[in-house]
Amino acid sequence: MSQVNWNNYACRDYYDELMAAPGQPRDSAGELCNMLARFSAEELAERKTAAEIAIRTMGITFTVYSEGAMIDRAWPFDIVPRIIPASEWRKTEAGLKQRVQALNLFIDDLYHDQKVIKDKVLPAEVLAQSVNFRPQCVGINPPHGVWAHVCGSDLVRDGDGTLYVLEDNLRIPSGVSYMLENRNVTKRVLPELFASGKILPVDDYVAQLYDMLAAMSPRHGDDPQVVVLTPGIYNSAYFEHAYLAQQMGVELVQGSDLLVDDDDVVYMRTVEGLRRVDVIYRRVDDEFLDPEAFNPESMLGVAGLMRAWRAGKVALANAPGAGVADDKVVYAFVPALIRYYLDQEPLIPNVPSYLCMFEDDRRYVLDHLDELVVKPANESGGYGMLIGPRSTKETREEFARLIEANPRNYMAQPTLALSTTPTLANGLAQPRHVDLRPFILSGPEIHVTTGGLTRVALVEGSLVVNSSQGGGSKDTWIVETDDKAAAAAVKGV
Amino acid sequence: MLSRVAENLYWMARYIERAEDTARLLSVNSHLMLDLPGRLPLGWAPLIEMTGSLEAFTARHTDFDERNVVHFLCADTDNDISIISALASARENLRTTRDVVPREIWEEVNQLYLSVADHAENGVSPRRRDSFLKSVIRGCQTLTGLIEGTLSHGPARTFIELGRQLERADMTTRIVDVRSASLLPQNPEELLPFENLQWMSVLKSLTAYQMYRQQVRLRVRGPDVLRFLLQDPNLPRSIACSLETLGHELSLLPRQDRPAATVSLVRADVVDADIQALAHSPRKLHLFIDELQIGFAAIHDTLSATYFVNDDSVPRVTHTQTQSQSQSQSHAGDNDND
Repeated sequence: MSQVNWNNYACRDYYDELMAAPGQPRDSAGELCNMLARFSAEELAERKTAAEIAIRTMGITFTVYSEGAMIDRAWPFDIVPRIIPASEWRKTEAGLKQRVQALNLFIDDLYHDQKVIKDKVLPAEVLAQSVNFRPQCVGINPPHGVWAHVCGSDLVRDGDGTLYVLEDNLRIPSGVSYMLENRNVTKRVLPELFASGKILPVDDYVAQLYDMLAAMSPRHGDDPQVVVLTPGIYNSAYFEHAYLAQQMGVELVQGSDLLVDDDDVVYMRTVEGLRRVDVIYRRVDDEFLDPEAFNPESMLGVAGLMRAWRAGKVALANAPGAGVADDKVVYAFVPALIRYYLDQEPLIPNVPSYLCMFEDDRRYVLDHLDELVVKPANESGGYGMLIGPRSTKETREEFARLIEANPRNYMAQPTLALSTTPTLANGLAQPRHVDLRPFILSGPEIHVTTGGLTRVALVEGSLVVNSSQGGGSKDTWIVETDDKAAAAAVKGV
Repeated sequence: MLSRVAENLYWMARYIERAEDTARLLSVNSHLMLDLPGRLPLGWAPLIEMTGSLEAFTARHTDFDERNVVHFLCADTDNDISIISALASARENLRTTRDVVPREIWEEVNQLYLSVADHAENGVSPRRRDSFLKSVIRGCQTLTGLIEGTLSHGPARTFIELGRQLERADMTTRIVDVRSASLLPQNPEELLPFENLQWMSVLKSLTAYQMYRQQVRLRVRGPDVLRFLLQDPNLPRSIACSLETLGHELSLLPRQDRPAATVSLVRADVVDADIQALAHSPRKLHLFIDELQIGFAAIHDTLSATYFVNDDSVPRVTHTQTQSQSQSQSHAGDNDND
């Protein structure tokens, strides 16, 4: 007897990614839903186990900090993919490119003429109180004018089906390795569905990443020496650092492996002697990157790295200082920035936001704490947030104090009715909230991943999808619903 | 290959060899104690001297009794050179470099550490000690076998072999030194009671007893044992053999001139040593061993200067900090064996 009965699937309260209504799969999801409904309970359990075994043998792990000890957890994964029709994705892709283009122009402007402030598009006080603005970067001209080479923008879908950008991660966004591995696991578990050629491939990413990094090399002609710089094994994203280095065929280095000589050139220490490094895909935060320029206590960085970068002897991705645009207050201005720099209307909307630095907004936020989600401007990983409808009186009072004490550091948004997608729980398909993190590469050209990393709240009703807080993930399929386009894709046209 | 990776693999091999040799020492000493009458002054203290950890030991204990010594060398996590600490360090060294070796090697090191961590306290009790120490030795040998049988001939294997051979030569000298100092008769013609038995224990701690009987002679005699352990070209744990292997491994690396020259010098000292003279003077032997130890430290220093990360102004990544501290401490220990 089959386990998945779509007629009983309770998706009425939210927009569901796969089901238009109970028993009614969306066009792009018909084939998948039919197949799942045909599976017996045993077969479903078998596929789920196959995924678990694949994750274990492939060694896909996620590190969670705990009291100095290290726990390598198997990556939490749900076998039911999330589907987005290709026609919709093409528009989203264009919107993401537009957004990242504007953000890169914005960052470059902030470190040069600051026209955006002179023209009063961004209030001077937003910049003045920015935690991630780096005076050390003023006047620097990175290759192609790009600062945020890898951007991970989080997208969410609201109750009416509209996709919004929830935030842009421009510092060192992570998760792309899991996006790639989710696909590998899903191919093993549900191979039947890949035969039609309607599911667009995701595996171009690593080659595009390498090409983008190589194109940044300050030396021309030679084979550029690209490395991935990791804080080390205890970093929660160490798996990803090792994975990307391995997939690109480049060295995975730590700070102590590199040195900057008096000639401002970066070298890595190998058993053959010093070898020049041209491009560093750094996965170490700005503040720890160079004890000479930033935190002198840092043991993760390389003394003199900023000197080398400023001298144009090495390229860094992402550029130090790019995080200035990764600020939840700056976020609220992105639609204005798109109009200002590109003279275009934003293709993907922002979630409406209230900035506590403005008095009217602040009063509204303080009066509606029980309805809003309040976020600190510069946290990541879902830390330090207030989710109004789920909060207690005490935490609301605490947040009111925090906001009054430092209004610039807080913004608020309405609690979104995040979309759901079918997810296996106790052998049944049940709706769970999801978001989506596509990754955008900016070099001479801009590339967007096919889909992205879908994160899912595994607990019923939960809105928290962050892996660091117990969320899971699933494969994301961009599906060609137009048969002609699918046939063309198969032929490689 | 990155210098850090090479250095980590080198230390991993040194720690594994150290754990194995310490287990051998404890094992043989335990058996010897059972054979000797209690009034002999030999006791457990020489083991502490052998491992160069007199200072660390006396900071913690006043009595060199069996329990203290065995616990200190097996299970004391605060003692950098205990079996448990050596295996923990080996594991930490491999953790960041596991990508360059087959997965089974990492799993074996990991498993060996975990099982020793579970059983080290038991290893202290005389009843369970034998099987505990055997399991350590077997685990280390399994690892050596896995490396031999699965790791490609390349820089990773070369640096592992360099670490293993240098540590092995070092441990063999320590064993010869302390044993010899207490064993060599002032007058060689005068056979001390049990001398024979004690030289056998030296051979056995290096698993060299049977090889000695086959290759040298049936009777165990001081000068012959000394020649066998210092100069025999075929015994895997003789100093000459370790240095020979070391020299060969070095020839596979780029920029090997300085370390290779250092190895040649030390090797020449060993091969040219006047064994008869050494065997008849405990003082001369001790001075000779001191010279060898200084030579080993010089080999390590040239290897380190040539291939490893040597910029002290660059602090290590947090996780290697405790380890590099323990490295420098135990390295300091290499020199204070006077």
